Amino acid sequence: MSSNSKVSYSEVKNNGIGFYGLLGIFGLFLLAGVVAFFTMEHNGHHISGMDNQIVWGLPHIFAIFLIVAASGALNIGSIGTVFGKKAYQPLGRLSGLLAISLLVGGLLILLLDLGRIDHVIMMIKGFHLNFKSIFAWNMILYGGFIALVGLYLWAMMDRSKTAKKLYKPIGISAFTWRLILTTGTGSIFGFLVARQFYDAAIMAPLFIVLSFSVGMAIFIMVLMSAYKWTNRELGDFVLNKLRYVLAVFILGVLLLEVTRQLTNIYATEHHGVEAFILKGGNIYSTLFWYGFILIGTVIPVFLIFCKKLKNNRMALYLAAALTTIGGFCLVYVIVIGGQAYPLVLFPNAEVTSVYADGVINSYSPSKWEVMLGLFGVALTLAMVTVGVKALKFMPVSLADSVVDPHS
Amino acid sequence: MSKNNIDAYRRKFLVGTGVAAAAVTVAPGLLLRQAQAKPADEAVTDKVRWGMLIDIDNLPNGGQGVVDACKKEHGWGNETHSNDKQKTHWVRTVKVTEKLTKHSFQLPVMCQHCETAPCADVCPTGASFKRADGIVLVDKHICIGCRYCMMACPYKARSLVHEAIYDQKPDSPRGKGTVESCTMCVHRVDEGKQPACVESSGGAIVFGDLNDENSEISKVLKEKGGKQIRADLGLNTGVRYQGI
Amino acid sequence: MFGKAQNILATMTLLALASLMVGCGETAPELKLETAKAKTEHCVEPDDVMRRNHMDFIKHQRDETVHNGIRTSKYSFKACINCHIPAEKDGKPVNYLTDDHKLNPEHFCATCHAYVGVQLDCFECHSDNPAGAAPADANHGGTAHE
Ligand code: SF4
Repeated sequence: MSSNSKVSYSEVKNNGIGFYGLLGIFGLFLLAGVVAFFTMEHNGHHISGMDNQIVWGLPHIFAIFLIVAASGALNIGSIGTVFGKKAYQPLGRLSGLLAISLLVGGLLILLLDLGRIDHVIMMIKGFHLNFKSIFAWNMILYGGFIALVGLYLWAMMDRSKTAKKLYKPIGISAFTWRLILTTGTGSIFGFLVARQFYDAAIMAPLFIVLSFSVGMAIFIMVLMSAYKWTNRELGDFVLNKLRYVLAVFILGVLLLEVTRQLTNIYATEHHGVEAFILKGGNIYSTLFWYGFILIGTVIPVFLIFCKKLKNNRMALYLAAALTTIGGFCLVYVIVIGGQAYPLVLFPNAEVTSVYADGVINSYSPSKWEVMLGLFGVALTLAMVTVGVKALKFMPVSLADSVVDPHS
Repeated sequence: MSKNNIDAYRRKFLVGTGVAAAAVTVAPGLLLRQAQAKPADEAVTDKVRWGMLIDIDNLPNGGQGVVDACKKEHGWGNETHSNDKQKTHWVRTVKVTEKLTKHSFQLPVMCQHCETAPCADVCPTGASFKRADGIVLVDKHICIGCRYCMMACPYKARSLVHEAIYDQKPDSPRGKGTVESCTMCVHRVDEGKQPACVESSGGAIVFGDLNDENSEISKVLKEKGGKQIRADLGLNTGVRYQGI
Repeated sequence: MFGKAQNILATMTLLALASLMVGCGETAPELKLETAKAKTEHCVEPDDVMRRNHMDFIKHQRDETVHNGIRTSKYSFKACINCHIPAEKDGKPVNYLTDDHKLNPEHFCATCHAYVGVQLDCFECHSDNPAGAAPADANHGGTAHE
């Protein structure tokens, strides 16, 4: 690529137990996921913890989380390409690979959780797509994302003139596409008029900033692990860039989520569900305050800005991990919390029925759902691992002398 | 196709003139029946919009009879492995008590057959759809079981079938992994019959064409009105209530 | 752009179906076509046409019925079942699958589909016997018996 002439890339050469051991662990999780899929497919969803009250469960949380992270992971590449920040350009390839892997992992979970996966083939063959449906649009957005990021990777990795010429336009298209994609994912909830917790246009921007922060966090963890395990050099220059960007994104999520909750509180009809989530003394308020706010926001921001921890790798890694956990908690609260709160058929009235009307629904995932969710994570990581082994995704060195234009 | 259309047109026309001529002499009840008959080879049209008006004060037993009749007609709720929250419910009775006044009533809640059905809007495959005559259905042949429609429904009217089903009713196909809900007994309506719940209600539920101002349901609605659940959502439901 | 996904899906579904078939179709049950044969002369199309095209007829009719409310009996799935599957045998309904979830050689659809080794999923939702329906009249002319 034109920019950093000093940077050279290579495949991962490791062949030892470490590499295959890693793949083996992922393989086990993949196998478990496949078993879960066949078991659920054969028995029906009654073996899951989901029911007709909580219709989307853990698989959907994992899937949405991974899909959101996917578009965020591409960000690092975009900063380099779209905004011309040279320091980020060496990271572009890995960010593209991670983005595709996250998306595929997330999508496969969604697919494997369907009630009639066999009907998906008919849907594609017969082109049964309802273009009023955000879901249908998302399928096109996801397909396009994979294709575009694929092209983007090619433009970064191919030495031909065409590739060099197309690098910038493709990078910009991929960036635009990913913004639309996350808007689409957020809108899955934004258009649900029936559910008090979802019905808001702010869902879309919230998902965009959330994608920035968790995508960045996951990228940092993958990058640090990969460089450590392959004994490649990773300098403070790169890490510090990522560190501060991460902090900005974390605060961005906080801002939007607070705005969302506040506007929700402002609307009288949403008082009930807001109180339920924010001070209900239940798992959702716990996950929100401790999971998202404390673990996912306050502590990472502290770890990043604390002067004593400057250049501390452990602190950064921990901050990234906590941000990821926090983001997951937030998605959990949104997906499950929003369903646990009963539908309001008659405002200002108590309703009861034999079918859980008017009661707070509870959800405890079965092992099958956990297996399906981890399947997606394992698939993502396995794809990245195989990817960096097969192709030149990783710069040989990211030492300060290589990437810092001032050194 | 075009021949069919012409036939349909002719039939409509004849019925129209017939109605006009007969209106002077024949009792309205007879007219109603005449307008409802649809030949088996004719597609439904949006000239008709089927609806139900449920008078909960006259409905015996808080509507439990409606639930039983529906179960008997369609066979739902016979799952053996699913837990109570997973079992299918096409219709349920809901007891409502106003917090301030303590006024309390009970009503059957099923698919409300919205004009702008949220389930049909969100369904990625088009499996959830509204028939031309206003009946909201799931085409289980193309339903992928994603449950987005269940997320979108304000009435919790839809259920996913959580296990394999055997011994279905011939007129009510149901199967594992697909979503289902009240069909307004579409198989009966197409034959010019009334939905099973209407038949069981002893006159407390009126079924008919909301587009036809001479139908019984339209007349009663015009005179006495009928409320929608969650009217604020603007879904213009086909199921209306009196006494809520 | 769907090409790859479709392949993956196709493979996965094949696997899924294969797993479902384990234990149900290993040996083709012996053909018992007497009932079915007796009806062929009354069928809505000649048997070679039916044998080749029945699925297309049913599928076309299915969309017409579900979406447009067209309930003519000629290619109606229910009419097929009412005619080809006896109401009962030895006082029990004739099901597509036997109690131990094998293809039932007494069932018209099952016996032939086992023979040609084609999996069908109609009966995951549809009733596989004329349960409670009016006794089938072999005559498909004119009026709808639905
Ligand atoms: S579950 Fe079926 S009917 Fe409902 S939205 Fe998904 S595909 Fe459509």
